[in-house]
Amino acid sequence: MDRLLLIASTFCFLLGFAYTMFTLGAGRYRPSRWSLGVVGLGFLLQTGFLYLRGEALGRCPLTNLFEVLTFLSWSMVLFYVLIGPAYRLSLMGAFTSPLAFLIQTVALLIPGADHPPVLSTVHNPWLEMHAAFSVMAYGAFALACVAGGMYLAQERQLKTHQLHSMFFQLPPIRDLGVTNARLMLAGFGLLSVGLVAGFVMGNLEAHMVKIFWSCAVWLLYGVVLAAVFRHSLSGRRVAWLSVGAFGVVVGTLWSLKFISQPAPL
Amino acid sequence: MEILCLGLSYRTAPVELRERFAIGDAQLGEVTLRLARVAELGEAVIVSTCNRVELYVAAPEAGAGAEALEGFFVGLGAAGGGAPQEGVGEHLYRMTGAPALRHLFRVASGLESMVLGETEILGQVKKAYQGAQLAGATGRHLNKLFQRAFNVAKEVRTNTNITRGSVSVGSVAVELAEKIFGRLTDCRVMILGAGETSELTAGALKARGVGSIFVANRSYERAAQLAEAMGGRAIHFDAWTEEIRSVDILIGSTAAPHHVLTADKLAPVMRTRVDRPLFCIDLAVPRDIDPRVNDLEGVYLYDIDSLQAIAERSMSVRRQDLALCEQMIERHVREFGAWLEEKPRGVRGALPTGGGAPEAAQS
Repeated sequence: MDRLLLIASTFCFLLGFAYTMFTLGAGRYRPSRWSLGVVGLGFLLQTGFLYLRGEALGRCPLTNLFEVLTFLSWSMVLFYVLIGPAYRLSLMGAFTSPLAFLIQTVALLIPGADHPPVLSTVHNPWLEMHAAFSVMAYGAFALACVAGGMYLAQERQLKTHQLHSMFFQLPPIRDLGVTNARLMLAGFGLLSVGLVAGFVMGNLEAHMVKIFWSCAVWLLYGVVLAAVFRHSLSGRRVAWLSVGAFGVVVGTLWSLKFISQPAPL
Repeated sequence: MEILCLGLSYRTAPVELRERFAIGDAQLGEVTLRLARVAELGEAVIVSTCNRVELYVAAPEAGAGAEALEGFFVGLGAAGGGAPQEGVGEHLYRMTGAPALRHLFRVASGLESMVLGETEILGQVKKAYQGAQLAGATGRHLNKLFQRAFNVAKEVRTNTNITRGSVSVGSVAVELAEKIFGRLTDCRVMILGAGETSELTAGALKARGVGSIFVANRSYERAAQLAEAMGGRAIHFDAWTEEIRSVDILIGSTAAPHHVLTADKLAPVMRTRVDRPLFCIDLAVPRDIDPRVNDLEGVYLYDIDSLQAIAERSMSVRRQDLALCEQMIERHVREFGAWLEEKPRGVRGALPTGGGAPEAAQS
């Protein structure tokens, strides 16, 4: 039953993606209530899936790669829904839908990704908090990557004077720069909380590799943000860094199977 | 009931003639009511802008209504200018039934405008309708017709590219500025040189709310004059290289025979403001700004040719969607025509058309 909800949600993102590609291709993209509605419905179905899975497990559904990927996609769409109207970034839906579609398709298709977890009998809320906040942070970083990509697309058109139909739909690059920085800051804050929770949960020796990677990602975004707030990096470089940094995150996605291993406490 | 339209526009009549028929806002309500009360007519709306004067009426009978309408229109000209009215007829277009509906929908959608797809006309048509409604000159037929016209215009604007992009140098510059900075209220503009095009462009930016304007010109007096007219501040020409550090939009339009701003000069300035874009608009010929500044990070340079090329591309995009607009309009003409046909007192008939009927209305 819960997988059906996720399949339906994936289908919604596919519809949103197809609508945007079709209208952009025809040069007549308009952010519509319809496209926002499809993303919203996909989000509700994702939430339904996570709720049912959480109820069944009796804990935050982050017990295997399948759930982690779904949670990541959910976080990303959550941020889109939160920031979309505020920053008039409706077209971000066009970039968010394919990413959500891709992540969920991968989650659904990877053989054995949804394996039954080996769960510790001891319920450790710090572990769940660590996992949930870290994945939400990655959701924010994913959306920062999307904003960075949009910035680079917009910048290229402005520099080359080749204004395609998408140019008129993309937000101003200054707004994209600000959004990019805010999303990275939000992700950085969430990752910090996740890391603190990780340290508090104890048993650090068993998770040394994950801790190392999490600290490396935290440090990477910290350095980028410090440069942004000291006004020492151009918007273009910040955009490239947000795309590149998320590439690093994706490269280390395998380490996100937080709760799947027994946590002997 | 028949829908009739009679009028003249920039396509059929010179300005000397149009101005004689133009009706000011203050008189529009009263004149419209007078038209609606003509015995052969029933409801009326008058659209009077600098480019067109058009009378829309709903009349019980087409032939008599058309005759009364033309008589009224000619009377307007006599009141407006007192010049002989002979020959006015050849500048008029007269439409009834579907062509009249089609014409109104095209006008509201900006397809009949001098600048294809401009949106100001929709506001003018709305104002004309509201004025007529307030004066009590409209009834069931014109209320429904004009509401439909507004819906058509909205549909056309939403689903086609007919309003896409900007089609003049000034508006392209403003659109680009908004795509770089978003809101312009906290932007600082500097004008180098005091040419007419730069004044127009700066005026367009000011109309969109730019925060402050500086004018630098070799003649300080001329700079002061322009600054005063723009509500800005004049600076000495030698000081502009310092001021540029805090400027967001630079408009170049001096008569200098060489580049006033070079990449070598700008590079150190940009290093002090790495996260703040600079939009350079070079309207001068020969150019004021070295094209290589576009290679600097955060600098976006557009010269007069590139602005004009964008304007032309936008116009071409608009033209490409013309057929699509026509299809949408045609569907609404059929639907509204069918609604009119259902009226028990409907009397169809063609008005005699004058030589000045616009092509679009005949298609």
